[in-house]
Amino acid sequence: MQPASRVYLDNQATTRCDPRVVDAMLPWFTEAYGNPHSVEHAMGREAEAAVETAREQVAALIGAQANEIVFTSGATESNNIAIKGAARHALRMGDDRRRIVTLATEHKCVLQSVADLADEGFEPVFLPVDADGLLDLDRLRAALAEPTLLVSVMAANNEIGVLQPLAAIAEIVKAAGALLHTDAAQAAGKTQVDVGVGIDLLSLSGHKLHGPKGVGALYVRRRPRVRVAPLFSGGGQERGLRSGTLPAPLAVGLGEACRLAWAQMVGDAARATELRDRLLAGLSAAIPGLRVNGAMSPRLPGNLNVTFPAVTAVRLMEAVPELCVSTGSACSSATIEPSYVLRAIGLSDEEAARSLRFGIGRFTSAADIDFAIAALADAHATCAAREAA
Amino acid sequence: MTYLDANASEPLRPQARAAAIAALDATGNPSSVHAAGRAARRLLEDARETIASRFGARPADVVFTSGGTEANALAIAGLGRGRSVIVGATEHDAVRAAVPDAALLPVRPDGTADLDALDALLARTPGALVCLMLANNETGVLHPIGDAAAICRRHGALLHVDAVQAAGRMPVSLRGTGADSLAVSGHKLGGPPGAGALILAEGRSDIAPVLRGGGQERGRRGGTPALPAIAGFAAAAARGAPPGIAGLRDAAEAAAVACGAVVCGGNAPRLPNTTSVALPGIRADAQVIALDLAGIAVSAGAACSSGKVATSHVLAAMGLGPLAGQAIRVSLPWSVQPADIDAFATAYAAMAERLRRHLAA
Repeated sequence: MQPASRVYLDNQATTRCDPRVVDAMLPWFTEAYGNPHSVEHAMGREAEAAVETAREQVAALIGAQANEIVFTSGATESNNIAIKGAARHALRMGDDRRRIVTLATEHKCVLQSVADLADEGFEPVFLPVDADGLLDLDRLRAALAEPTLLVSVMAANNEIGVLQPLAAIAEIVKAAGALLHTDAAQAAGKTQVDVGVGIDLLSLSGHKLHGPKGVGALYVRRRPRVRVAPLFSGGGQERGLRSGTLPAPLAVGLGEACRLAWAQMVGDAARATELRDRLLAGLSAAIPGLRVNGAMSPRLPGNLNVTFPAVTAVRLMEAVPELCVSTGSACSSATIEPSYVLRAIGLSDEEAARSLRFGIGRFTSAADIDFAIAALADAHATCAAREAA
Repeated sequence: MTYLDANASEPLRPQARAAAIAALDATGNPSSVHAAGRAARRLLEDARETIASRFGARPADVVFTSGGTEANALAIAGLGRGRSVIVGATEHDAVRAAVPDAALLPVRPDGTADLDALDALLARTPGALVCLMLANNETGVLHPIGDAAAICRRHGALLHVDAVQAAGRMPVSLRGTGADSLAVSGHKLGGPPGAGALILAEGRSDIAPVLRGGGQERGRRGGTPALPAIAGFAAAAARGAPPGIAGLRDAAEAAAVACGAVVCGGNAPRLPNTTSVALPGIRADAQVIALDLAGIAVSAGAACSSGKVATSHVLAAMGLGPLAGQAIRVSLPWSVQPADIDAFATAYAAMAERLRRHLAA
């Protein structure tokens, strides 16, 4: 199969690197190869200047200051540093709070980072979500009755796209005196995310917003100052928070991707919403009984997650190999376990197995959507008929 | 600009650039099962096979990381769990800072590890994890790693080797060294920054992650792999140092010695591209700045600590006293030309003369 014949609707797994991002990175893949930490010579200083511009671009996307941005290898690393780092720093400072609160529907790297901390004497609390996928604020208040160190709530879910009410959550978390971390890997660049609502730590990823793989950022609030312990030590780069040579080309790519996302957010979001609604309308018309998972609003513009009435997701994907979609998080898509996110919003294993995630991105066309509708409608009818026979 | 700071970062090799740029166009997530994901997965696994064969290991034992620092951190956290740790006195900060309370293994005046001391240390702490670099980043001095591995084995100790500077400049094989793990970095061998690997010996491969995530890298390192950087890393790793590089290094060194410089670690086996030359009485940062103004990029030590110029812990451990604050590192990139060495020799002579006159005034 030729790549050109593929229809890519898996933009929550990863996105195409925008050609303008690639162009911005190219000089750093060619003539400019200084180590940004080698400020003793001119080539190092050029790289440093480019990295600092990128830092400003990342900061601007989320309403932060440049000196609040730490470059990492991606959102997984950002989440690990934020959660383990905040907990370990507090422990070191003699803080006696041990509770760490998160949601059952967080990305696996958040769930595992929180769970790992149990071995270090912390008390993980995993809050359920309602049938829409949203956190019940009263449950959060109740959990925070016990002195709590950190609350980690994702901005947008990676499978069902629902947006958690971060501003309201921040207010409650603040009142309880805890820190608030948000995994904004899916939300950043797609929908407004402003650290000004009271976010202390925020993770984002390059390849989820049309930037390159291998780079991400962690926002660490400066005023009042939030402190986290590094995950690993070394040359002391990124103010000691993240050692290792900064990958200048990747950082430049992330910066440009953030700049473009900010500049185009309104238009990109409107297009993605329109295409998403077209997809849902088309599928619903062709396949009676199709059900949407998670609240339609507020939701990521480009996300749709549906349960098909009669055919499993795996069968549908096999029937339409040109269509790149997924049954859930990419990291675990090689496993056949039912999605824990769909289970958390009340689907049975069997229903979860009949569910597909669609991710619409900047480069998705109306023709892609129409192909998906026609191909899936056809496949669903054929497979259902075969099963009935 | 004459770039003689390769140990901070090698210029990108053309093959690596082509591979990285091609990989930027691969949209899929290597963990996705659809066609785009499988294409990305193929790129990743091809890179893994290249790295494995280049460094004497099995593909399943290669864990891709964001670079050398993370690879070292993963080795120390993973292999060091429940063990006491011994660290070479001249190790990179990535290793020293990872275990600040580790026992230090002294080096001999030529910069090589003191193996008698290793034997004695391990007699007291059998079953320790020993961290020893293959080649030093400041002097290029090579440790007798095979001998160190044999001593470790005798005491039931594990050996982790930081091969970040050696890889790409000399043949490096995990099986050949007899070590338990090997850390390598992409941008130190002509790949793009942002990728590296921890390469594990058979039987040591099942280590706990530092980055918890979606189970990537067989559960040993979470996070979507940095595909473009990894593809570039593999393409660069297939190359080696250019044949004439030791001769050019010797010429640069001779030019400095002719101006009164002392070579640090010059009597030990060294990387072919690196020399550390001290100018008695002249501060290293003054030398680096003067050379920078003359268009020559060198460094006073590790790039990570650039800007905070202090005495080199590497040279101090070799017993060089005040010279430890007076040495610059000259490290030749794979792309070095004879004209670069001529430019260095001219600038160095002018720098030495001017700074000495300044000192005398």
